[in-house]
Amino acid sequence: MIEFENVSKSFQGEIAVSDLSLHIKEGEFTVLIGTSGSGKSTTLKMINRLVEHDSGRIRFAGEEIRNFDAKVLRRRMGYAIQSIGLFPHWNVAQNIATVPQLLKWPKARISARIDELLDLLGLEAAQFRDRYPHQLSGGQQQRVGVARALAADPEVLLMDEPFGALDPVTRGALQQEIIRIHQLLGRTIVLVTHDIDEALTLADRIVLMDGGQVVQQGTPLELLTRPATDFVRDFFGRSELGVRLLSLCHVAERVRTEERIAGDPISETLSLREALSLFVDRQCQQLPVVNQRGEPCGVLHFSDLVQGGKDAG
Amino acid sequence: MFKIHNRILLLLVTLLVVAGAALPFINFAPNRLVSGEPIALSQLPAHAWLVLCVAVFILACLALLPCRPLALLLTLLVGELTFIAILWAMGNTATQFSQQGSTLARSSPGSGLWLSLTLCLLLCTDAINRLTPKALWRLLLNIQIWVVPLALLLSGFFSDLSLLKEYANRQDVFDDALSRHLALLLGTLLPALLIGVPLGVLCYNRPGWQSSVFSVLNVIQTVPSVALFGLLIAPLAGLVKIFPWLGSLGVSGIGVAPALIALVLYALLPLVRGVVAGLQQVPRNIIESAEGMGMSRWQIFWQAEVPLALPVLLRSLRVVCVQTIGMTVIAALIGAGGFGAIIFQGLLSSALDLVLLGVIPVIALAVVLDAFFKLFISLLEEKQP
Repeated sequence: MIEFENVSKSFQGEIAVSDLSLHIKEGEFTVLIGTSGSGKSTTLKMINRLVEHDSGRIRFAGEEIRNFDAKVLRRRMGYAIQSIGLFPHWNVAQNIATVPQLLKWPKARISARIDELLDLLGLEAAQFRDRYPHQLSGGQQQRVGVARALAADPEVLLMDEPFGALDPVTRGALQQEIIRIHQLLGRTIVLVTHDIDEALTLADRIVLMDGGQVVQQGTPLELLTRPATDFVRDFFGRSELGVRLLSLCHVAERVRTEERIAGDPISETLSLREALSLFVDRQCQQLPVVNQRGEPCGVLHFSDLVQGGKDAG
Repeated sequence: MFKIHNRILLLLVTLLVVAGAALPFINFAPNRLVSGEPIALSQLPAHAWLVLCVAVFILACLALLPCRPLALLLTLLVGELTFIAILWAMGNTATQFSQQGSTLARSSPGSGLWLSLTLCLLLCTDAINRLTPKALWRLLLNIQIWVVPLALLLSGFFSDLSLLKEYANRQDVFDDALSRHLALLLGTLLPALLIGVPLGVLCYNRPGWQSSVFSVLNVIQTVPSVALFGLLIAPLAGLVKIFPWLGSLGVSGIGVAPALIALVLYALLPLVRGVVAGLQQVPRNIIESAEGMGMSRWQIFWQAEVPLALPVLLRSLRVVCVQTIGMTVIAALIGAGGFGAIIFQGLLSSALDLVLLGVIPVIALAVVLDAFFKLFISLLEEKQP
């Protein structure tokens, strides 16, 4: 979908991105992660030409992006940023309608699309359509921001630290929303963050950047279990490596389906990291597990958290 | 013991007592040029001072009450009635004096009367501001204070006051001055906007130009207005001599042309400042996300930057309006007309009433325009805090 081929960019002699090659596949959730100044935001902004690359090639849908009119290109990509940037003088409906209006959609279609998107982001359409941004909480504003980015059904969704300014609870809820939306719509998403846990939660594929170059790319599991350099190992945290590995697997993968015990059950959709926390909290060795319909489906043993990990690795 | 809840009201009431007791209420003069004989409130017929005493007593009691809507409404009502009562006493006294004296005799408001009218208005405005934060309601409540006074004025109740005798003598001059003053205001605002707004946008887009543009405008602003009016006489007169067709367009060294040029030049600094400041305070992230969504430069300017900069621009337009109304008075010195002509005529002939006849409408004009700008800005800002 998006290909970077030996792309470089410098700002007033300062190198931001050098010799970057990257292939973002259609339908994939790619997370660009790195320390500040690693060039991850620049890389993202080069995709919709908010930053023009100096050398190399960037292709979108097989075509060099410089062959597109910048405005046309941007309207085919959704864009959401940390500070959201909703128009304060427009209400929620008008904000979401921005790109459809630029594309001159008929009124009825825009209106239907607004309701659909508010519904998708878990906002009551009747209640929120006519509100102004300053009447919304930070989390609601970012939901509207995401809805606006999705409005014209873009082929790619670009997000620059979209949840960085939100409190942990709201951030968690919005991360779940975006995972759901990704599964539902199957859109290509490129997201920039510096939050490791966010990257592990969201990504199909993580691209770790440092000093304007890609250090390693791969699935979250690959980066955790087969770090290419010491930098990667340090970045993902030596001491927290174990729990981060657990956060990538779910209870369903380790449950002993033939056993049954009594007690307060946990859901099989929980991550093993959450299960570990419950083991410690309840001071026990075994936990009963139920499936999504609430029927008992087995028992999770504390020792299996460790043993299963080796197979996966 | 008592607790004072409304200190401002108490202060205003105390001053009202001082104004009523110590300062002359009305001046009575045998003709318009000699200074009159001051008459105190206590000397007025029909025990007018008793009315003021009752009002002062009620207001002093209200100052001791908590600022609840009912107490504030009562304050507004009493303040308003006192305002009207003072005006009524003024008109009534003037009528009585005129029946006793000759037709040349003049009665004019004294310092105590002016001060107590001002104090009444202040305490009404204070009560209104405490009553409601809504700009529209504040404006409406302030307007309704003037309904009865205007009705009295139009019914001819004050016609024996020297100010209105001057008006009656010079009605044509006054009406001319009003239309000339308004014409000068519009004639200044239009070119100032046409030059200032594009100049401001240019300064915003090319920050390198800002310092040079602002230093030129600053220099203009520091030249005293009388001097600038004077400085324009020679070059304009010279221009007309070289290009006689300019003269047929009404351009000359004195009169409207130099006045308009100077007023526009003075208006430019606040206007350009307002445009630049307004555009600069539009948050970067809004422009970035607008660009990211594929809006063109033109669309970003009209749909995001202009509406978001408008409140700041209107605020500087408000300053420009009030400033121009005031400065137009000085322009009368080079023959541009307007209320300044009446004021200077009064000053030169030591006729205080004539000066007031020019000054009061200038103040009224400035206050009314200012109020409407305020209302418009606050209506705009209700949407986008």
